[in-house]
Amino acid sequence: MIRLKVNGASKEYTGDPAMPLLWYLRDELQLTGSKFGCGMGLCGACTVHVNGEAARSCLTPMQSASGKTIVTIEGLSANGDHPLQKAWEQHNVPQCGYCQAGQIMQAASLLKTKPKPTDQDIDQAMQGNICRCGTYQRIRAAIKTAAGVKA
Amino acid sequence: MNRIELTSRRDFLNSVFSAGAMIFAAGVVPSAEADVTKSTWNPSVFIGVDTDGSVTIVAHRSEMGTGIRTSLPMVVADEMEADWNRVRIEQALGDKKYGSQNTDGSCSIRDFYDLMRQTGATARFMLEKAAADQWKVSATECKAQNHQVHHTPSGRSLGFGELAAAASKQPIPRPDLVRLKLPNEFRYIGKGVPSVDLKDICTGHGTYGFDARVPGMVYASIERPPVLGGKLKTFDDSAAKQVAGVSQTVVIEGAQPPYGFQALGGVAVIANNTWAASEGRKKLKVEWESGPHAVFSSEAFKKTLIDTANKPQQVVRTVGDVDTAFNGAAKIVEANYYTPLLAHAPMEPPAALAEYRDGKVEVWAATQNPQAVLTTVSKALGIKESDVTCHVTLLGGAFGRKSKPDYVAEAAILSKKVGKPVKISWTREEDIHFDYFHTTSAMYFKAALDASGKPTAWLQRTVFPPIGSTFDEKEQYGGGELSLGFLDVPFDIANFRAENGPAQAHLRIGWLRSVANIYHAFGIQSFIDELAHTTQKDPVEYWLATLGAPRQIDLATQKAKYTNYGKPLAQYPIDTGRLRRVVEVAAEKSGWGNRKNGNGRAWGFAAHRSFLTYVAAVVQIEVDPSGKLRIPRVDMAVDCGQSINPDRVISQFEGAATFGASIALMGEITAADGRVQQSNFNTYQVARINEAPYETHVHLVEGGGPPTGAGEPGVPPMAPAICNAIFAATGKRLRELPIRKQKLV
Ligand code: FES
Ligand code: FES
Repeated sequence: MIRLKVNGASKEYTGDPAMPLLWYLRDELQLTGSKFGCGMGLCGACTVHVNGEAARSCLTPMQSASGKTIVTIEGLSANGDHPLQKAWEQHNVPQCGYCQAGQIMQAASLLKTKPKPTDQDIDQAMQGNICRCGTYQRIRAAIKTAAGVKA
Repeated sequence: MNRIELTSRRDFLNSVFSAGAMIFAAGVVPSAEADVTKSTWNPSVFIGVDTDGSVTIVAHRSEMGTGIRTSLPMVVADEMEADWNRVRIEQALGDKKYGSQNTDGSCSIRDFYDLMRQTGATARFMLEKAAADQWKVSATECKAQNHQVHHTPSGRSLGFGELAAAASKQPIPRPDLVRLKLPNEFRYIGKGVPSVDLKDICTGHGTYGFDARVPGMVYASIERPPVLGGKLKTFDDSAAKQVAGVSQTVVIEGAQPPYGFQALGGVAVIANNTWAASEGRKKLKVEWESGPHAVFSSEAFKKTLIDTANKPQQVVRTVGDVDTAFNGAAKIVEANYYTPLLAHAPMEPPAALAEYRDGKVEVWAATQNPQAVLTTVSKALGIKESDVTCHVTLLGGAFGRKSKPDYVAEAAILSKKVGKPVKISWTREEDIHFDYFHTTSAMYFKAALDASGKPTAWLQRTVFPPIGSTFDEKEQYGGGELSLGFLDVPFDIANFRAENGPAQAHLRIGWLRSVANIYHAFGIQSFIDELAHTTQKDPVEYWLATLGAPRQIDLATQKAKYTNYGKPLAQYPIDTGRLRRVVEVAAEKSGWGNRKNGNGRAWGFAAHRSFLTYVAAVVQIEVDPSGKLRIPRVDMAVDCGQSINPDRVISQFEGAATFGASIALMGEITAADGRVQQSNFNTYQVARINEAPYETHVHLVEGGGPPTGAGEPGVPPMAPAICNAIFAATGKRLRELPIRKQKLV
């Protein structure tokens, strides 16, 4: 049996240990905020925090999530008021919105290690997250707003 | 003509209303029908004002990122003087009763803006009248404002909720009695409100097709014929059935040409979660008979296309006599252009859920066209359209892919066969292999220049497997695509001829954001830049000189069958004055006149009218010594008439700059032996944050006139503007896409 914590709640899982965390979150826990975009670690739509760090849940088998603390977009803040979520709303970042949970989770992880990121830091951290609608310039602006750095 | 009525048909809204609620239906009455009966009239707008003051507005178009689910209801709310905070949006089911719901062709605002306004204004009129009757005063003294009606002389007020019951008994006023707001009275129109889905999206609570769920549902993953029209020979599912969670396999019959929106067919693995279904599918052993399209290979096909483009073809527009002009020309310039197949690759791959029960089916789908879902699913299951219910979820991007409901048919067929609700969610590999591809094209150009460098004759040919082939296998000519940036070349050239040659399709061809404008603008806007450089003129000045004096172009006198995006030219002319204006604005705002090319940095320019919108783009690029390209800045000047929700208009053009950059830099689908060779974002790349334009400045130019398209027209100028910049930077003329395949230094 695999035990893990998801958004603060203890969970037990007994299925295929090779199943990626993404499908456990989506199909079993019905936490559908984390999205599928590629299944190969190429797009970032499935990004969650594993022990506080951004990870691609499509490439994280359940066995390696064992004993870990998982946070998804649904658990990032109590009322959707994480500074990044507020900045995202302020800049009207999303278009279709499908990639945005992954973008926000990736950005949240960036701000933990680099509270005042430069353009290069942002490019570096965010280039694994595709936005097919092309909201990149607003993503960059929103990260800077949340970090309190000049646009 | 628009018609509005009060209705008792509450089935249009899912919400439960109290007895005194006022419910409106409004729609466009087809002008051909003099005697309009309820049965033929399909109202598109529904509003309910309940006695507690809550206002419900139906959004009948699909939300795929343009903000349309917010913008159209916002128009109603503004005219009605409803408080946006008390408005609830309800997503319409797929139903012909809503009129067109096909969210495609950048037409939602231009087709429904007037109707939304008139409906809102009618509701306002009736609420004011109801208050006036109650107070026994003249309606002219009563004014609706922010969810209340005020009687100024006496200072009395009544809320919309208090007035709903009385207002619902008012007769519908004649349209000429209803006053529309003046622009300075707009509360939301032209200013915008945040998207109704914004908060949900930022907290992970938006429901997309991938997220649809009903109790007891199972998950399916389908192995489809790798070559279009391939037939299932044999299959062995014993290993697949060993996978934990897999319950069964089901064969879906192969589609017959023309493929249209049919399910492609194949072998489906049914399981209790997404992962088990796809693991099971990987273990299937399937043998296919490839069929006739196995001959298709992109390399050879490209040669055929270019050959065809270099021979005389069907004339589709002609003025003057190009051949005579070529004979006496001071200078001739010729060029071939080529663009590859493209895949849509919306961030959310196709997904749908279907529940079949007792001869009826209910589906939840990320679809741009819920009414096509009804037709497609009813045909696939042999049931009546009225026995299909289609719920529309949020769409995680679409770009034209989700107008084609083949994936919804798959879910419905499987649910019927399995006897349970079935969810189908495509992998990225399936999405890329089984797309309705943006077509590949070849274009040929020839121009004659006089001694001053002015073009005196222009010949252009376009050749591409057309969208029509998806619906009629024999179709090899362009049809509607010719009206997308090919027939409507705006330059003032005395001798002009456009030709279209045949090409056979070997894959399903579909429409992708801005459609044929992509390759036509690439060829035409690059070639005019070639002419400018040949004559050593400034590209923008040369462009404007070739455009000629401001005028409205009449293509009918030039033997062209131009469709103008389904709109009359009288109302939406091809106005070269407006085109000139956006070019001037883009040049001015970007600082074109003061640009300094050199050291691998350069600027490029292109302008193009599509979806009735005028767009000019100035793109700045940098090529480093290793040949790596960056796009530090894009300026786009846009005249899309009136902007209803300007921030969403701007965001569409920002997005289009990136979408266009993806096409230009890296977009390419190829096939060998009929099989698509790309599979995921590793082999079919799209622009990432470090590759997309670093900043895009959108300059809205109010050119007057009604609203026009916003979702698509930003895409076409991007590829030529980037390639024109590359020429300015490196002296290399790129006549093929994508750029990445070619060496820049
Ligand atoms: S779905 Fe995990 S990176 Fe794309
Ligand atoms: S907002 Fe649509 S993919 Fe990013």
